[in-house]
Amino acid sequence: MKSVYLDNNATTPVDPRVLDAMLPYFRENFGNAASRNHRYGWVAEEAVDKAREQVAKVINASSKEIIWTSGSTEGNNTAILGVAHMYVDKGKHLITCRIEHKAVIDPCKFLETQGYEVTWLEPDPTGRVSAEQVKQAMRDDTILVSLMFANNEVGTIHPIAEIGALCKQREIIFHTDATQAFGKVPIDVEAMGIDLLSVSAHKIYGPKGVGALYVRRKRPRVRLQPLIHGGGHERGMRSGTLNVPGIVGCGTAAQVAMNDMPTESVRIAGLRDRLWAGLSEHLTEISRNGNPQHCLPNTLNVSFLYVEGESLMMGFSDIAVSSGSACTSASLEPSYVLKGLGLGDDLAHSSIRFSLGRFTTEEEIDYTIKEVVKAVNHLRHMSPLYEMAQQGIDLSKVVWQHH
Amino acid sequence: MAYSDKVVDHYQNPRNVGSMDAALKNVGTGIVGAPECGDVMKLQIKVDENDRIVDAKFKTFGCGSAIASSSLATEWVKGRTLDEAMQLKNTEIVTELALPPVKIHCSVLAEDAVRAAIADVKKKKGQTQPAAAAVAANG
Repeated sequence: MKSVYLDNNATTPVDPRVLDAMLPYFRENFGNAASRNHRYGWVAEEAVDKAREQVAKVINASSKEIIWTSGSTEGNNTAILGVAHMYVDKGKHLITCRIEHKAVIDPCKFLETQGYEVTWLEPDPTGRVSAEQVKQAMRDDTILVSLMFANNEVGTIHPIAEIGALCKQREIIFHTDATQAFGKVPIDVEAMGIDLLSVSAHKIYGPKGVGALYVRRKRPRVRLQPLIHGGGHERGMRSGTLNVPGIVGCGTAAQVAMNDMPTESVRIAGLRDRLWAGLSEHLTEISRNGNPQHCLPNTLNVSFLYVEGESLMMGFSDIAVSSGSACTSASLEPSYVLKGLGLGDDLAHSSIRFSLGRFTTEEEIDYTIKEVVKAVNHLRHMSPLYEMAQQGIDLSKVVWQHH
Repeated sequence: MAYSDKVVDHYQNPRNVGSMDAALKNVGTGIVGAPECGDVMKLQIKVDENDRIVDAKFKTFGCGSAIASSSLATEWVKGRTLDEAMQLKNTEIVTELALPPVKIHCSVLAEDAVRAAIADVKKKKGQTQPAAAAVAANG
């Protein structure tokens, strides 16, 4: 078997249909979409407008509400900092959650250094915050609620529509980082009361370095102070010559994802369930992290007790996954998301995220089950923790020699 | 980050995996690290009447470099006297396994495990108390 790629929440390969749509915009249709006086410009602008339409349609928005960005990190920064600066007269309080992506956490932390106050909600053990928690945190000076649609590590989906409705009632702007959810699960900015929504093309089989930010134009008209100045492109919210081939790729990827969603989400969820069932059948003492009911169809996060995640990945080096283990990063800290769910550091170190994708096959899942089971057994055989647990020693009561 | 061939070899074919009866008087057990830190090593040595290490075993919870470091340490201490084994330096492990800077702590842990095992067996030999108490205190 060739190598198996189960790290689609990190990035996805460009779909051949997407690449085909992009290529002419590198070659003959290379124009600048802002050139108003010749055919080259018109062709480029037309392509950009079509892509805007394609992205808008996935979330039931108007194409006029789509701003092109370089990806979700920029989209999240533009939304959070843009709202904070534009609405500073109304208040300086924001609400978000501890297990957001760093692209939300870091701009919020930056705002804390600028005199803003941030309420960091604690998720439940499955990674969800409740609408009630958000309601309790709301104040008269709250200007923004920013909560991800679905979590990148465990796939948990927040009660977005309920939270959106609360924000509407209180006239607080609601931003959601939909990087992982866009194109995978249905999103409706009208029905869900979403005012700002970030998207990245490379998570949906589009190219890297391009994304979109939905900015509501009516009820309410959301205004943002731009991060990037110079030329007034994108309704003045994001200046800079448009990346036309990338935008065409983003639009095409969005359209393909939307068309395929009804069948694809069922297919992928079936494979994900097959993977979990296979692992559960052959291994004891594994636990699933996240929320089995409110979850992305493609994500499965599992802790394999008594086995460290990085060494586990080494055991199936032809299968690409990711781990919450500290050893995979330079920081030596295990995943803050898993810790935020209340998992002990030991369980976080033992976790693996499998994120399936459009090109994942049943054969690959069966191969993965076989290889993971083999590697876990190999490592448990040499794990002192497994040995102690087998002897009935309560590992939580052991006095360890910390380093 | 790619692993060196030697780390991969120790990972795939770990030497001396296993456990010895920690209650035996001539067996020293060292358990270092903590699950929360992502590394726990258990290293055991068995000595003869001349304080020469005749056998060594390990079990490790940790990354590939931690497994390789402890596997290598068991290989190296076999045949050495306790005093010779005390001379084992983590830097030798780093060199042998070509560990990158971020993995140096794995070699330190292996050195600590060797020293803890040596201290345990020395303590047992000097005392008449049953050895199980020391192990229980360690976990």
